[in-house]
Amino acid sequence: MTVSEQQLVVPEAPGKLIVPTYAKPAPGNHPPLDFPPYKSTGLRHPTRPLVLLPQRLTEVTGPLLGDDLISMQDADLTTQHAGEPQGQRIIVFGQVRDSGGRPVPDTLVEIWQTNAAGRYRHAREHHPAPLDPNFDGIGRAITDQGGRYRFITIQPGSYPWGNHYNAWRPAHIHFSLFGRAFTQRLVTQMYFPGDPLLPLDTIYNSVPDEQARARMIAQFSIEDTQPEWALAYRFDIVLRGREAAVFESPEGH
Amino acid sequence: MSELLTPSQTVGPYFAMRLPWEQGPFVVPDGTPGAITIFGRLYDGAGDPIPDGLIETWQAGPDGRFAHPDDPRGPVPDGDKAFRGFGRCPTGRDGSFKIVTVKPGALPFGDGRTEAPHIDVSVFSRGMLDRSVTRVYFPDEEAANAADPVLQTVPAERRATLIAVPVEDGLLRFDIHMQGPAETVFFDL
Repeated sequence: MTVSEQQLVVPEAPGKLIVPTYAKPAPGNHPPLDFPPYKSTGLRHPTRPLVLLPQRLTEVTGPLLGDDLISMQDADLTTQHAGEPQGQRIIVFGQVRDSGGRPVPDTLVEIWQTNAAGRYRHAREHHPAPLDPNFDGIGRAITDQGGRYRFITIQPGSYPWGNHYNAWRPAHIHFSLFGRAFTQRLVTQMYFPGDPLLPLDTIYNSVPDEQARARMIAQFSIEDTQPEWALAYRFDIVLRGREAAVFESPEGH
Repeated sequence: MSELLTPSQTVGPYFAMRLPWEQGPFVVPDGTPGAITIFGRLYDGAGDPIPDGLIETWQAGPDGRFAHPDDPRGPVPDGDKAFRGFGRCPTGRDGSFKIVTVKPGALPFGDGRTEAPHIDVSVFSRGMLDRSVTRVYFPDEEAANAADPVLQTVPAERRATLIAVPVEDGLLRFDIHMQGPAETVFFDL
């Protein structure tokens, strides 16, 4: 039985429905929406108190996207063109699980990143670094039954941004995840261990909790590094976890 | 024992490399009988359009069901072919977005009350370190909206920010204001 099926055991008492609820993140786990050091947050964060949204049917379900959107090649960013891209080939792999330790299977993982020179393939990108005709910097994968995913890509570069004088982003890969419920939706960034820009980076340091921040740094893995071929980085992603809750169903009475 | 979560980070300015796809705004194919278009603009606190935003929607089908194993009412009749329910649209230079869909059905809230038809919305952009969540409600559901257990918790003077505005048959406008006098109601999920 999958995790989802376990949660759906037919109730013994007719009229009772089992709907999971997703625990709130601990304080400091996520960045604040209003974070003055990151200037663009100024006009783009809600200023009025948020209204509590109970987790009901729309929130505990979510898009299960997949097979019709991806092909095998989507997970290997180094073979999407006729030639090989420039730069250091790397394997980025990991497990998507929830905060209770349960793997999240069959969920779409989308990534985007710069090329080795720190340049995005995007019309509004003006960093004077070369594009690589053999590298788009975009990937997709679906997690397996153990919640695992794996990409082959190129070590991204650092690049300057306009937030403040001499601001540079540490090398990173953008990740977008759905989980199994609207409540679990996550967009994040993966960073590399030992990057000297991390202590200086406004966006990385927007996360108040130091241990939570460290969750965004991949771990180098010599065990998974492929001899003569590619370095490996492990990046596990933890989404909000479930607690079972029971409520009465109006239809059941 | 519960682990710390992987923190949220901004989608940044370059998500458009990966996230949008051609059929993204079409929750149902164009021309589907009964299809509606919800369009609008995303505005920042200065009243300027946000040209690098991303709008995502999630909703029940017209029958009020989800093709999802966590819908405790059981499998839907169409199984895998069922209504997908998800829409995704990047904003244009003028902050505009649109979603082509069908109106969702009402949903049991779980305590005898009923949720009015609604669409959950996630808003992402550069300058947003986490998504903001809001909901679209429908203008032709006055009685259901008045009884909706979520809308009832929203301060009365702000409820209108969550109700789409009818433009013409099958066309609804839903502007999203991050700040300002018309600031949209956002939710803590």
